[in-house]
Amino acid sequence: MRRSPWLSAAGWATLAFLYLPLFVLVAFSFNASKYGSAWGGFTLSWYAKLFSDNKILASTWNSAVVAGISSALSVVMGTLAVVARGRGEEAGGRWQDAFFYVPLLVPELMLAVGFLLFFGLIKGDLGLLPLVISHTTLTVPLVWLIVKARFEKIDPRLEDAAVDLGATRWQAFLKVTLPLLMPAVVAGGLMAFVTSLDSFLISFFVSGPSTTTLPVQIYSMLKFSISPEVNALSTLFFLASFALVVTAWLLQGGEDAALH
Amino acid sequence: MSVEESHHRRLGWPALAWLSAFLGVPMALIAAVSLATKGPYGGVEWAFSLGAYGRLFDGLYIGVFSRSLALAGLNTLLCAVLGFPIAYWMARSSKRMQGALVLAVLIPFWTNVLVRLYAWMFILGRSGPLNSGLVSLHGGEPAELLFTRGAVVLGLVYEHLPFMILPLYATLEKLDWALVDAAQDLYATPRQAFFKITLPLARPGLTAGAILVFVWTLGDFVTPDILGGSKVVMAGNLIHQQYLVLRDWPFGSALSLGLMAVVGAGLFAAKRQEAAA
Repeated sequence: MRRSPWLSAAGWATLAFLYLPLFVLVAFSFNASKYGSAWGGFTLSWYAKLFSDNKILASTWNSAVVAGISSALSVVMGTLAVVARGRGEEAGGRWQDAFFYVPLLVPELMLAVGFLLFFGLIKGDLGLLPLVISHTTLTVPLVWLIVKARFEKIDPRLEDAAVDLGATRWQAFLKVTLPLLMPAVVAGGLMAFVTSLDSFLISFFVSGPSTTTLPVQIYSMLKFSISPEVNALSTLFFLASFALVVTAWLLQGGEDAALH
Repeated sequence: MSVEESHHRRLGWPALAWLSAFLGVPMALIAAVSLATKGPYGGVEWAFSLGAYGRLFDGLYIGVFSRSLALAGLNTLLCAVLGFPIAYWMARSSKRMQGALVLAVLIPFWTNVLVRLYAWMFILGRSGPLNSGLVSLHGGEPAELLFTRGAVVLGLVYEHLPFMILPLYATLEKLDWALVDAAQDLYATPRQAFFKITLPLARPGLTAGAILVFVWTLGDFVTPDILGGSKVVMAGNLIHQQYLVLRDWPFGSALSLGLMAVVGAGLFAAKRQEAAA
């Protein structure tokens, strides 16, 4: 079938719909006028204000710590689970798979509610621990899925060949399979980091007054008012996820593209 | 299984143990708490009661649930209609372009939901760019665009559109276009070829996208909360309110399980439909 010009017009229009709000948001973060959409000249003062706001700095720190720890935990556990599972399609393997698919199918609100009850019934101040535990639960399946996709593409005969040439299984794994798996492991870690950074629902239900994360902080700010400061904060947040997602994308796709 | 291999297997235990503990226990707690009684200052008293389930059938809550279902249905339909052309266009683009387009759809998708909703809140606000544009064109008072049902629908579509585009694209990308060419060689009009060949073959992607959009819309509480003010209440808002505002955990849990049941019924229906086709 011939490609009609209407089709590409519709495609570009939909992309414009997806991006226009983000561009408007970014543009107005540089607007000197505080109220409304009148352009009052270019300024970076809203960004400067962010860096002197202790609440924002504290919640950014919390988000970074939680995302760092939970993505590290999920990279280790998720990768080990993929390697342990092997390539078999036997019943045991598929029964294990269910563990990883369930969290991807349950609405996030349910997970949030479950964690609220779980940590609510444990009395006492647990600090960032509830956030780390809940985010790790959310990100383990993600890492598992990304690493598994790559693991299945690796030819098992490569590891066998190393063993035939005198390597132990462990050496063969470390020197052959793991390096081939590495782009997916790093991509999985980055996606886990973004997911944790991004998670609002679970954090909102689980975090306390002293353990606010960045999205929870943004939520309370925009419940209060629309201000260019929120535009500036949102712009930085958007750029951070943008950089992480594009890097993960290149890691996953770059090598595949080279193989084709 | 060799000894070595069984050692190997143990590497998976940490992840499995983690998920059983931190997924299994919280889910079981929702069920347990839904059968308990509300404590005097919120929290739970472990006295068995079916009271929370009785309240589920209150007309007020049934109303909210059916409105949420209707909104989720509308959102699914709108996402399918808007998502199909772009997914089709992506699938028919050159290989190089396809990679770039998938990334282009993924980026808004991975942008924080609050950032995306704030963007709309800003655009639709009383003194936002859209209203200033309208006022300078037509004069008069700024329109109330934010905190309306329309704003919620717009937000829901904006947020969930990638859930529809990506599975649809994945299906269309693998489609054997020779079949469409063959239909046209046999004198089918483009219209006939589309409805008789392309659309039926795109069905798995359409179903997958519809399930994702539907399930995620039903579990949403942020979109109506932010773009609807307090005027649009969905099942998610009800649950949020019971847990965090009214601190009625047993009723909140019963509502959550009610929502899960609705989602489960939807998935089951979709699966049967798919099996029948």
